Amino acid sequence: MMTSNATQDTEHFDVIVIGAGPAGNAAALITARAGLKVLLLERGEYPGAKNVSGGVFYGSRILHELIPNWWEQAPVERYICRRDIALMSATTAVSLDFRSTATGYADPPYNGFSVLRPKFDRWFAAQAEASGAFLLNSCVVDDVLRENGRVVGVKVRRELGEVRGNVVIACDGSNSFMAKKAGLQREFDGHEIALGVKEVLGLDEHLIRERFQLSGNEGMAFEYLGAITENVHGGGFLYTNRDSLSVGVIGQISSLVEHKKRPYELLEQFKAHPAVAPLVRGATLREYSAHTIPEMGWHMRPKLYADGMLVAGDAAAFCFNSGLYLEGMNYAMQSGLAAGETAIEACRQGDFSKGTLSRYEHYLKQRHVSEDFQRFRFAPPFVNGERLQNLYPDFVAHAAENLFRVDGNRKQKILPLAMKSVRRFRIRPHHLLRDFYHAARAYLW
Amino acid sequence: MTTHEEKMRTARFKVDDKPHIVVDAGICKDCAVRACVYVCPANLFVPLDDGGILFNYEQCFECGTCYIACNQEGAIQWSYPTGGFGVTYRES
Repeated sequence: MMTSNATQDTEHFDVIVIGAGPAGNAAALITARAGLKVLLLERGEYPGAKNVSGGVFYGSRILHELIPNWWEQAPVERYICRRDIALMSATTAVSLDFRSTATGYADPPYNGFSVLRPKFDRWFAAQAEASGAFLLNSCVVDDVLRENGRVVGVKVRRELGEVRGNVVIACDGSNSFMAKKAGLQREFDGHEIALGVKEVLGLDEHLIRERFQLSGNEGMAFEYLGAITENVHGGGFLYTNRDSLSVGVIGQISSLVEHKKRPYELLEQFKAHPAVAPLVRGATLREYSAHTIPEMGWHMRPKLYADGMLVAGDAAAFCFNSGLYLEGMNYAMQSGLAAGETAIEACRQGDFSKGTLSRYEHYLKQRHVSEDFQRFRFAPPFVNGERLQNLYPDFVAHAAENLFRVDGNRKQKILPLAMKSVRRFRIRPHHLLRDFYHAARAYLW
Repeated sequence: MTTHEEKMRTARFKVDDKPHIVVDAGICKDCAVRACVYVCPANLFVPLDDGGILFNYEQCFECGTCYIACNQEGAIQWSYPTGGFGVTYRES
């Protein structure tokens, strides 16, 4: 066994992973496979008990490399081969509807799956356990344990009090107390974090297939932007599970406060929208849940390592909110794997200093995590901008209403029609130009 | 359409004796914004007639929104419930 000199102490681990979500489970799995002595700490009754996600896990291939044909044994819901991104006003929705059976979408390893986290995370943690990691549920970590400025373990709210380890990997989610306690992360501002509220709605399997035009185990992901959240910056989503729907609304916290909106009321409004109501009709509420989402990615990432410690997943703000791509679990997994690889190398060298752990940056790059976040760093502020949130979706919906309306008056060509909408919504040309530039910088080059 | 009470009934809570969130009513009395009252997805903050805030930690989702939204330094002391306690999701 490749390990440090302290294994005679039973409380000493090579690696301590905090949080059994996608990041923590991936880190625990890969380090345990390398023969290290790994402790995986989870504060819930079981992994996933505290976790909420919209529910699409993109990046099936990443997990496939780790656990071949994982979808055959994991509790997945449906593979996502249909996506719909909609801009909405109070009465109208204009959407881009994507559906494909091209390679990788409707055949293994698939592009993405809808999942329910209490089931999925539990399964994934069991894989880490099977690889040799020791999972301890119902265990809250209150602080990191420090000696001479180095992180040498964690303080847990249990009779054992403290556990020692060579490398602590904090995967404790969007409210990462550990990153803050270690001095790696600051307090957040309300514009950086969004609140997601969600309902899982039970609906008959056959009805789901008919309603969403799916066959077999095909699944669909809807994302909505615009009037559904009134003036609140955010959006809505609807994902198909096997025999249920995941339906939710996401709102930037500062903007919820500013407009004094109650999130669950926005959710009811969203479900009542003419584009959504027919999709959720007859479905019955199974569970209501809420969770925060780090939305500003690159702009709010912590320092990723300290002496004896690494940060991964949501705790490191590796949650991708770019409008086009809304992804988190895949980056959590990739960063968890990168942190695991770093820990393995540190154990091999017997050196857990910041200098050695800085290899994490290299592994993150290799797994395209930091690269993606840096490349799309302009997208989150652009997506959360006032005009994109509250003006353009309404404008597009209104323009489409005019375009398709047949009322006996003479038809107009597109430009004069559009100009009418531009005037009505008081869209300023210099704003439009600036936003085109920001959009292009965010997505094009 | 489901009411907020109906929503809350679907979540399972194992209540810790010790509150994991402590609200300083003295500070809340002087707060004009009262962000917590609106943003809490479990609706656990209730404004009182005397200007204070009534808070119940028992049905908390542990999301952290209240303490991020609160602009009054020290009004909300926030941590997690003891391991195994608090909210447990089965579907989400």
